[in-house]
Amino acid sequence: MSETATKASDPGALGLRGMMQILGMLPVLILLAIAFHLMSGKFLSVNNLSIVMQQASINIVLAAGMTFVILTGGIDLSVGSVLAASAMIAVIVSLVPGIGWLGVPAAMLAGLVCGLANGALIAALRLPPFIVTLGSLTAVRGVARLLGADTTVFNPDLPFDVIGNGTLFGIPWLAIIAVVVILGSWFLLRRTVLGTWIYAVGGNPEAARLTGIKVPLVLLFVYGASGFLAGLGGAMSAARLYAANGLQLGQAYELDAIAAVILGGTSFVGGVGSIWGTLVGALIIAVLSNGLILVGVSDIWQYIVKGLVIIAAVALDRYRLKGGART
Amino acid sequence: MTAPILQMRSISKTFGAVRALRDVSFDVQPGELHALMGENGAGKSTLMKILSGAYVADPGGEILFAGQPRHGRGDGIAVIYQELSLAPNLTVAENMFLGREGQAMSLVRRGMLADRAQPVLDRLGVGFSAQTPVWRLSLGERQMVEIARALTSDAKLIVMDEPTTALSTRETERLFDVIANLKAHGIAIIYISHRMEEVYALADRVSVLRDGIYIGTLDRAELSAARLVSMMVGRDLGSFYRKEHQAKPPSGAPLLEVANLSDGKRVKGCSLSLYAGEVLGIAGLVGSGRTELARLIFRADQPAGGTVMLGGRPFGAHNPREALAAGLAYLTEDRAGLGLFLDMTISDNVNVGVIQRDAGAAGVLDRRKAAERAGSAIRNLGIKAPSARINAGSLSGGNQQKVLLARLLETQPKVVILDEPTRGVDVGAKSEIYKLIDTLVGKGVGVIMISSELPEIIGVADRVLVMREGRIAGEVRPEAGQPISQEAIMALSTGAVPMQEKTA
Repeated sequence: MSETATKASDPGALGLRGMMQILGMLPVLILLAIAFHLMSGKFLSVNNLSIVMQQASINIVLAAGMTFVILTGGIDLSVGSVLAASAMIAVIVSLVPGIGWLGVPAAMLAGLVCGLANGALIAALRLPPFIVTLGSLTAVRGVARLLGADTTVFNPDLPFDVIGNGTLFGIPWLAIIAVVVILGSWFLLRRTVLGTWIYAVGGNPEAARLTGIKVPLVLLFVYGASGFLAGLGGAMSAARLYAANGLQLGQAYELDAIAAVILGGTSFVGGVGSIWGTLVGALIIAVLSNGLILVGVSDIWQYIVKGLVIIAAVALDRYRLKGGART
Repeated sequence: MTAPILQMRSISKTFGAVRALRDVSFDVQPGELHALMGENGAGKSTLMKILSGAYVADPGGEILFAGQPRHGRGDGIAVIYQELSLAPNLTVAENMFLGREGQAMSLVRRGMLADRAQPVLDRLGVGFSAQTPVWRLSLGERQMVEIARALTSDAKLIVMDEPTTALSTRETERLFDVIANLKAHGIAIIYISHRMEEVYALADRVSVLRDGIYIGTLDRAELSAARLVSMMVGRDLGSFYRKEHQAKPPSGAPLLEVANLSDGKRVKGCSLSLYAGEVLGIAGLVGSGRTELARLIFRADQPAGGTVMLGGRPFGAHNPREALAAGLAYLTEDRAGLGLFLDMTISDNVNVGVIQRDAGAAGVLDRRKAAERAGSAIRNLGIKAPSARINAGSLSGGNQQKVLLARLLETQPKVVILDEPTRGVDVGAKSEIYKLIDTLVGKGVGVIMISSELPEIIGVADRVLVMREGRIAGEVRPEAGQPISQEAIMALSTGAVPMQEKTA
């Protein structure tokens, strides 16, 4: 918005870049959906869209947490591992007779603890987020394997399996959770003091400190939130699979979450971005995966196409930043 | 006199609409130390950057070096900048020959480099060897490496830009010996300094720049502090701002009392008192510790010693947040880097300091209150913007500054410290900011204003403290019926008069 504001009294002068910043990647999402429909003939069916939403849901939840973190100029590489550990805890707790439904809050709590540990190291010891969360990516992965003694834990009678496989008025619960997380994130970012502080810390950390913002508290919150949502993602994943495996579950999920946030136009430098962009970004990734399968593209080529799309999006991010350069 | 080694004739330089240098002519004799003086922003550094080839002068001027016209970079001139430009991970010898090692792919022969470097270092009489890594050296020793580097390049002319700022007394004396030695070898030196005593000790001639114009040159025999000071400040009185408020002579208990505040580095035992309803100016040259002092009072940095009393009570804040809560606000001199959130709206920028106070349960924003505050800030301060929803980054400098001021005022401070409040601000916004200061002191707020512009500080402040080298050098008050004397301020800043023993 910044470069249009110099001529803000003249909305006709928005230009291509201005439109791009307002709409973000939404046109890309729509074009992709139409293209896949034309190529496969079955993409835009209620049934398939429901599947896309279900596939996107866990990444949306992770990406929402990642949005908080990246808005402060940080990064959370540990979400995939945290998701795995939380899913293990969800299944293990679900096996306890009588209180099996406690698996969901237990997973969320486990995620929160991991996130707060990241946040404490980053906020209090001022360690770089990349290093801290790279460390916890490995360490928490180890914890996840330890929890199940390096085996897969099953629970065919999962008390909360409705989350993963049930629907409400025909809409999958997974999708509902994802939408609720997005709405909650939007409210937090745009309607609360904390949200304003998150943007301020990402935009100018030193100015934030001089303005009296509790910068360490904000950092603790965003990493805590990212961990908590990864924990929720773990519960969702366990509910869908009736099982969890500490070694395989959530591998490289952090990359999909980061890609969704960046595709959504949130700047890696921090301070600029929106949760709607993240939703669009996560949907683009899900549409790509689903559509490429429908069109019959091989697994190998899917990787290549997805990777190129992410690079193109970062190039777009640069272009937008350049447009926003100030005097 | 012999033929000058350097002649600069009719040098001008414009940056956009700003004329940094206008028709400056200047010459240097071989073996002479020619001091260059002037206020902050007088154009000294710009002139030296043109000499070194870092800037290109406007067409029309001419530089003759050793009788030959000179364009851009070349041999024979070495510049030692204030910001040291050494690679700390390399050795002294490697730094001395950096960029001149020979062919890029050829092996750097450490032993050979050291053999060539050592005699130069011996000549300078330094206490470290050519093989010492630079990170182990003190700032003063690094300065010596810079000089050694200049000597190995066979420079006929060395430019030293404030070389003693980082040096201890003993290192300074050593540097002076080296300079005498260089002069004896026929090397000319251009010496930029704000320190009167150094200029007295070293200079053969002194030239003065003011506002980008060459004012004149004094020979050693004609040197006098009074003449130099008047050459540096002489200005027409029309540019003075006249304040509207009239502070009574300080009476009663001070609003803010700072005693012996220091940070152990740049601020050395500063004391001051600020009374309600007055503007206390803090003048001094760049690097004299004014901003550092302000940041200490605001607790943006932690003091190493000293006490602060606010409203008669000990001021116990540990960070800016607590300082703001106690009623102390600070306007940074670096508004884009340390002040504004350029990607956030005017409204967010104005409200960010008080949103928590306004917020409802669970930290939900009070958006109506925020819109009210932003609207009234835009009206009261005359911020020129189509709406409060546009980004602060798109505003002009003056309007950005008003947004930042609005944020401070929303916290209802009792004491406001303004650090260069009109830097990079157009004339219209300047006078509006002055009016705002008048209004503030009219309401009984105490204002401390740091400024490098003498006319501004004289026009706005009721009395002026002058800082030099991290200390309060003295206080200047207006005489009956007369404005504050800018000569007195300049004399205190440059050390033309000794520091006053005790200040209010």
